[in-house]
Amino acid sequence: MFSSVSEAAEAVRELGAAGTAVRPVGSGSRAGWGGGAAGTPLSTAGLNRIVEHNPGDFTAVLEAGVPLAVAQKQFASAGQWLALDPSPGGTIGGLVATADSGPARHRYGGVRDLVIGVTLVLSDGTVARSGGRVIKNVAGYDLGKLFTGSYGTLGLIAEVAVRLHPLPAGTATAVAGFSDPSALARAAADLARRPLEALHVDAAWRAGAGRLLVRFGGVTAGSQASSVASFLGQADVVADDEALWDAQRAGQRCADGAVLKVSGRPTDLDRVLRAADAVGGSVVARAALGLAWITVPDPALVKQVREALAPRAVTVLDGGDRVPDAWPDVDPGAAAVMRRVKARFDPARIFRPGAFVGGI
Amino acid sequence: MGKDGIEAARRDLVDALRRVVGADRTFTHPHELRTYESDGLLQYRALPRVAVLPGTAAEVRDVVRLCAEAEVPWVARGAGSGLSGGALPVADGVLVALTRLNRILEIDLDNARVCVEPGVTNAAVSAAVGPDFFYPPDPSSQVVCSIGGNVAENSGGAHCFKYGFTTNYVTGLEVVLTDGEVVRLGGEELDAPGYDLLGAFVGSEGTLGVTTKIWLRVVPSPEAVRTLVAFFDSTHAAGEAVSEIVRAGVVPGAIEMMDAVTIDAAEQMAHAGYPVGRGAALLVELDGAADECEALFQEVVKTCERCGSDDVRVSRDEAERALFWKTRKAAFPAMGRVSPNYFVQDGVIPRTQLPEVLERIDALASEYGLTVANVFHAGDGNLHPLVCYDGRVPGEAEKAEELAGAILQVCLDAGGSITGEHGVGVDKRKHMSKMFADADLDAFQRLRCAFDPAGLANPGKVMPTPRLCGEVPGPYRQHPLEASGLAERF
Ligand SMILES: Cc1cc2nc3c(=O)[nH]c(=O)nc-3n(C[C@H](O)[C@H](O)[C@H](O)COP(=O)(O)OP(=O)(O)OC[C@H]3O[C@@H](n4cnc5c(N)ncnc54)[C@H](O)[C@@H]3O)c2cc1C
Repeated sequence: MFSSVSEAAEAVRELGAAGTAVRPVGSGSRAGWGGGAAGTPLSTAGLNRIVEHNPGDFTAVLEAGVPLAVAQKQFASAGQWLALDPSPGGTIGGLVATADSGPARHRYGGVRDLVIGVTLVLSDGTVARSGGRVIKNVAGYDLGKLFTGSYGTLGLIAEVAVRLHPLPAGTATAVAGFSDPSALARAAADLARRPLEALHVDAAWRAGAGRLLVRFGGVTAGSQASSVASFLGQADVVADDEALWDAQRAGQRCADGAVLKVSGRPTDLDRVLRAADAVGGSVVARAALGLAWITVPDPALVKQVREALAPRAVTVLDGGDRVPDAWPDVDPGAAAVMRRVKARFDPARIFRPGAFVGGI
Repeated sequence: MGKDGIEAARRDLVDALRRVVGADRTFTHPHELRTYESDGLLQYRALPRVAVLPGTAAEVRDVVRLCAEAEVPWVARGAGSGLSGGALPVADGVLVALTRLNRILEIDLDNARVCVEPGVTNAAVSAAVGPDFFYPPDPSSQVVCSIGGNVAENSGGAHCFKYGFTTNYVTGLEVVLTDGEVVRLGGEELDAPGYDLLGAFVGSEGTLGVTTKIWLRVVPSPEAVRTLVAFFDSTHAAGEAVSEIVRAGVVPGAIEMMDAVTIDAAEQMAHAGYPVGRGAALLVELDGAADECEALFQEVVKTCERCGSDDVRVSRDEAERALFWKTRKAAFPAMGRVSPNYFVQDGVIPRTQLPEVLERIDALASEYGLTVANVFHAGDGNLHPLVCYDGRVPGEAEKAEELAGAILQVCLDAGGSITGEHGVGVDKRKHMSKMFADADLDAFQRLRCAFDPAGLANPGKVMPTPRLCGEVPGPYRQHPLEASGLAERF
């Protein structure tokens, strides 16, 4: 095991020279995502330092193996956080590699929007940096975006620089119940057009019933939530709302069935809820963004959901190692460029070969 | 295609281009080509061999294909407002001007999306979706610059501290690759599976292909906007106020700072009644939900006073708010009245280093005997020092350029970047290796080569020296062309 970036580079260079297939591993919580766990594990457990935390600049530099929870504790001591709230667990490297996100995506963007610099180890042992430590920077290509969501198939993410945000002064959530998917979708669409500055706008759905959750942060969070509650009608305001949101995050994981991520449009929500009902599944959705996570009781149902939601892309996360095709098809032209990118960054083809979209 | 084929394609290129875009949209006469000889950075000029103005995405594809067959380099050009020489033509190459691709193709507010052609101006997007929605990235050049240029430069503006940059708003692109292939990167949906090629393309300065269609995310306009200008004795005190505001957890829509030289110059032009001789002005704008905005705004007023401002002016109406902004936006043009010439530098620093960095810039200005005016996006530490000089004085332009370079080194020493929004272009190539090691530049090159192995898209930009796409990626190996002395790497 390596405990510095240069040791990691040496280890990868040797594996690359030998042509040994490897699989970067953080804490392994998302190991089955995107299918196959083949390859020698390359653990980042020794890369576990918070290299920098600059509270005045709202930035930090973290080694890949730092657990997100550990980093958040450090940031919170300065009234800050890395505005990523995926389901629990996970290292920084694993989060960047899977681009996983939670309800905070609504206000703060995803992993791609919060990473401002990366240090990479490529299969020939090259250590390369892109970006920097400042939030505004356009020098060079943005390789941080390229590696975000690359699932360990381009190289090892060794270090990540991130932008931080202030922790909200207070929070409150408006919750409205629905038993008609179209009504829920309509309410979400109406909300999305209003000049609200909500922290999160989520939907939850199971067996023909669900709710819309709209969370506010700030000194006037309570009154903002109240005004949305009256706009929605028949809605409650929950001040102590942490458990509500933990449940949303938990709805994006499933140990025995499968979790499918839908890259859709906000107006697809109605269709997504109905598709889930048809297979006895449940939904957690970022209602204003078009992203949804459908949990199905059996991985065999993936095909049916894909057909119902075509042409939207449906990726299998949990359960990805139990289906033949965890990845949806991608634009053939773009896939060709992706293959060329893979060939340039990992010419030795050692990083999780065959495990990504289109068999990359 | 064999060597003869390439020769023939080269010979016939202009005729073939005429057939694609029409003779009246194909320019070869030096007088006609003058229009395109530089972008907003006038120091660099070159005439292309031919300029074309395609009118459709299909024509753009055919133009690029012809260039590929003839192995002739090309440069895409939007409005030409770039400040780093990104759209500088390659002598003997093709200049592809995209101003005629200026249609808004679809407005889908139910999904908060618009689809536009690359030649649409930034301001036209907000106009098309307003007043209920707007497009947040707002470069000062927004009434002229094109969305295609914004995507290529990952442009930002005053509202980026809170709202983010172009890269946070582009969800999809249609791109013509350098072999003439048309691909879709991303789409209307977020998180398209696969590598985030879209994210890598934004900010690539026209070196990975040409965009012919762009999907953008727009957002609902804020319910309330509150704006103030506070005057301080020094930039140091104003910088403290910025830190205090941000430390309190407030994320303003914009925080812009002007120093004494800039205030005086801008006042002469905008007549907003700014006090001449004050050390610094801070323009702070909050936006958002009305109650929250109001509560935080009162905090910001108090913070400015606590940090030493005895003159905080709150805009009472939209007209006054517009005047505050007019003064800020007048800063660049106003400088033209103060100094015959100036360089606009574009460096970034971690915001907390502001006092030290401004002191070092002051010291450098004295050392060089030149005036440097500072006006910048204080929230995200993006400095725009204006290095004033008189081009009629022999040697002064060179001295000013050297000073501008020294300022970048100060930014890098502080942990910053050599460009926050204007891009590397031709202008900052020479500074790239101060910020990035060879291995980093090589990694950039891997991306470049994956998109454009023949090096036909905007060659000579971004990278410090022309590089080849060797057959084998990885650590440096001498390319046969280098060994034979036909090409040089560094
Ligand atoms: C007064 C003034 C103020 C400015 N203020 C700001 C500011 O606040 N923030 C900021 O970020 N910038 C600012 N700029 C810089 C400039 O306006 C931006 O960089 C803008 O995005 C350039 O757009 P353009 O259409 O003029 O592009 P051009 O200058 O024509 O081209 C810029 C680059 O984009 C490439 N390109 C253009 N179109 C395409 C396409 N369709 N496909 C691929 N590549 C393409 C070109 O090859 C070139 O490399 C300012 C400029 C001026 C003159």
